[in-house]
Amino acid sequence: MKSTASFFSKIAYLKAKIKGDEIFRLVSAFFALTTLLIVVLMVYELTRGSWLSLQKFGLGFITGTTWDPVFTLNFGALPLILGTLTTSAIALAISVPISIGIGLLLSEYISKRLEFFVSFIVELLAAIPSVVYGLWGIFILIPFLRNNVYPLIQTVLGFLPLFSGPIYGGGVLTAGIVLSIMIIPIISSVSREVFSAVPLSQREAIISLGATKWETCKIVMSYAKSGVIGAITLGLGRAIGETMAVTMLIGNKFKVLPSSLFDAWYTMAAIIANEFTEATSDIYVSALINVGLTLFLISLMVNVIARLIVWRTLRLVKGVSRG
Amino acid sequence: MMDNYRIRKIKDRLMRILLWSSLIIAMIPLFSILLDVFINGARAINIDFFLLPTPTVGEKGGIANAIQGTLITLGLASIIGVPIGIMSGIFLSEYHDSKLSQPVRFINDVLSGFPSIVVGIFGYVLIVSVIGFSVIAAAFSLAIIMIPIVTRTTEESLRMVPVAIREAALALGIRRWKTIIFIVLKGGRKGIVTGVLLALARIAGESAPVLVTMGYWRWWFSGLNRPASNLALNIYLFAISPFENWRTLAWGSALFLILMILGISILIRVLTRGKYE
Amino acid sequence: MGLNRNRKILLVAVVATITIALVIVYQYLIHSESEREITINGAGASFPFPLIDKWIAEYNKLKKNVKINYQSIGSGGGIRQHTEKTVYFAASDAPLTPSQAANASNTLHIPFTIGGVAIIYNLPGVSKGIKFSGEVLADIFMGKISKWNDPKLVELNPNVDLPDKDIIVVHRSDGSGTTFVFTSYLSEVSEEWKANIGRGTVVNWPKGLGGKGNEGVSGLVSQNPYSIGYVEFIYAKKNNIAWGYLKNAAGRFVQPGLESFKAAAAAAAVTLPKGDESWAEVSIIRGVVRNPQAADAYPITSFSYFLVYRELNVLPNMDEYTARQLVEFLWWTIHDGQNYSAELDYVPLPSNVVAHNEETIRMITFNGKQLKG
Repeated sequence: MKSTASFFSKIAYLKAKIKGDEIFRLVSAFFALTTLLIVVLMVYELTRGSWLSLQKFGLGFITGTTWDPVFTLNFGALPLILGTLTTSAIALAISVPISIGIGLLLSEYISKRLEFFVSFIVELLAAIPSVVYGLWGIFILIPFLRNNVYPLIQTVLGFLPLFSGPIYGGGVLTAGIVLSIMIIPIISSVSREVFSAVPLSQREAIISLGATKWETCKIVMSYAKSGVIGAITLGLGRAIGETMAVTMLIGNKFKVLPSSLFDAWYTMAAIIANEFTEATSDIYVSALINVGLTLFLISLMVNVIARLIVWRTLRLVKGVSRG
Repeated sequence: MMDNYRIRKIKDRLMRILLWSSLIIAMIPLFSILLDVFINGARAINIDFFLLPTPTVGEKGGIANAIQGTLITLGLASIIGVPIGIMSGIFLSEYHDSKLSQPVRFINDVLSGFPSIVVGIFGYVLIVSVIGFSVIAAAFSLAIIMIPIVTRTTEESLRMVPVAIREAALALGIRRWKTIIFIVLKGGRKGIVTGVLLALARIAGESAPVLVTMGYWRWWFSGLNRPASNLALNIYLFAISPFENWRTLAWGSALFLILMILGISILIRVLTRGKYE
Repeated sequence: MGLNRNRKILLVAVVATITIALVIVYQYLIHSESEREITINGAGASFPFPLIDKWIAEYNKLKKNVKINYQSIGSGGGIRQHTEKTVYFAASDAPLTPSQAANASNTLHIPFTIGGVAIIYNLPGVSKGIKFSGEVLADIFMGKISKWNDPKLVELNPNVDLPDKDIIVVHRSDGSGTTFVFTSYLSEVSEEWKANIGRGTVVNWPKGLGGKGNEGVSGLVSQNPYSIGYVEFIYAKKNNIAWGYLKNAAGRFVQPGLESFKAAAAAAAVTLPKGDESWAEVSIIRGVVRNPQAADAYPITSFSYFLVYRELNVLPNMDEYTARQLVEFLWWTIHDGQNYSAELDYVPLPSNVVAHNEETIRMITFNGKQLKG
């Protein structure tokens, strides 16, 4: 009698306990899956919106080079893809050395106290809205580059087709420069994280052999090599998707190739921001959404690669398994 | 041997200079931008700026309705995004043994890198086609941008709470879900607040998704199914306008927006002081 | 101790949120009207945007519960939103082409103002006064004339020291009625332009930078030395950018402005089709270009049109009250609204056009019921 009673009460207790916990677990899992749901929904909706364009152009959309909303209604995104990749490449070329330098500085050279302030200041760069970067670019950077910097570059390197041609101030190079400033915070902070994660033992080992500070840095960098690549890829992901600042500075000209780095061009994000609310026909809208889908997929690819690399590095370096 | 050492020493010094100069190079545009915005924006600041709504050509006006509209839009985005973000963060932190947690965390990180214009188009295709240009559509898109940020910071700050606390609570017979809500969450509160502020600072400056989901609105807030005025968007639209009063307003808005975001960033920093490993 | 600090933070956050919420609610309460508040959405041309915005503000002072919101996205965008019925009215500098009219059947055209397109340029050291002719402009924008000191330009401007610099062409990157007006002019004065590029709200520009909206073009021109572009006149005036003098059919060089736009409208003596017919061939430009008597006329002058459906029940969420308010607004713009035109350098409508519009507005119905008697 007694044992049956306690048995039932035990079951009741367990039931009550499990129910509450199970529900909560399910609920939180449900919310967590929302992000998954969002991404899936995004792919679906973007594809659905691009349907007209996909039907008409198929994969040729990615290799097409005309953008004619007026007569032939032929659209192709190749120049946009090239423009996006070029400006991002320029941004990386400029920001990577600077960001790695800052990352090293923060992790190897500066005391913990100072690091607080310095990394804060670097983060301020990230806090400035894209629109403000665009404004500053138009009113301050462009005149400065047009009057002081670009003519100098053209005098020295003008024999290269990259640097010949008329200078109007904005264009591919200018957009790349502003992009580079915008992605410095990302690359430098992830780099710093990766550098800091390098085990003390590595540093101690080489210092005991009489290395200078810089030589220690070289060891840290080579140890964290793939992590830095991951950081760079993250920065690339951000640069690819940047809209407002680019469209205010790049000149918004649809052409297969610009005549020089000083010439105007176009990116995927910029054309969407410019033309989306004004597109005058269904196929036009669909083509723009198609550009969005392409941008989405390229950005997805870049981000996936980046995350994989950064994860792997942190795992290796920290020696801790996540999850 | 001595020469070799000298060379290495010189290299070391050289690199030290280079590294510090990379920091200085990065600081130059920052200060230039802040200076530019302060100089141009300060002119706009007066009592009218904060009390009056968007003016028409040649009239006096201010950003009162833009502040109102922005706050409402950000507020709605937070109502959508913060609970989802926090619950996701809880899931990733407390139930990390689940098979779902790896893919979820991964997708979450990936989502945080998406171009905001694409998120805007998503909001357009999903919501604007049904409800029209509206605060709801804009808030939805902004919430999507918020979620990954809140999730990540929530997860990380909850992980910081010592396992011992959880074990102690369970040993006392407190059910797991109560443990999470009342005890663990309390411990990670600071970090969660940080994450929310971070996300807010991020979306306050986003104009691309607002452009395609809401558009320009010159009035006071008139309902969630209609657009509302927005600071970031107005800056974009007014800054190169031919009308002096609009241009001044744009710079004033830029100043206000930056101060707001900087204020939030400083708050975040103060809250997380003493938190680095 | 840590707990106290957290509590304080929480308290601050809660108080802040409640305060903000209260402020928002307060604003909402004091600004919502006792009369039924309605919103009317419009979109379209940036050409007349300053005037429309002024009208919206002034009309709201008269009728506090009527809130009109206008998105300046270019004539192309306006036409699309009108076709898709996502706005209650649109504004466009370009009348509907026959194919556009087929997609948006029963559209009424209501010309509500007359404005002109200025040719703006940025030549360091040179202020207003560069003279252009139609052919020369066409050649510049086609790229056939690429330097400022080209012989054809020098011929028109013997007293100006034109520099040996490349001309930077600036045009619109968005779908624009201003582009339509400008390219209509170029098509009238240059056979080659007409054959190869034509007129439209978007064209395949052979060269140049794209600016978004009139603001974008004026911005690019004012920031780039040796550039040339085209904008609605007020954007040139307000931005203090130099504009050119244009040769008209009488052989005179005329600058853009209220008087020369008025003269153009009068000289063109355009016969207007009925409100619900096709307006695709209406052109002040054609009239001026072919009228050698019009000594003071500025050639690049055009109407701006409201586009509105004749039967308003095709619009989603439309009801009789709102429809009536829309019609009242349109009526007001062509009458009292015209008093605001001159100060913004738009030409007030000649009385015959106003009378014509009154007839058109009387055609507007809701569920078959005429809205303006």
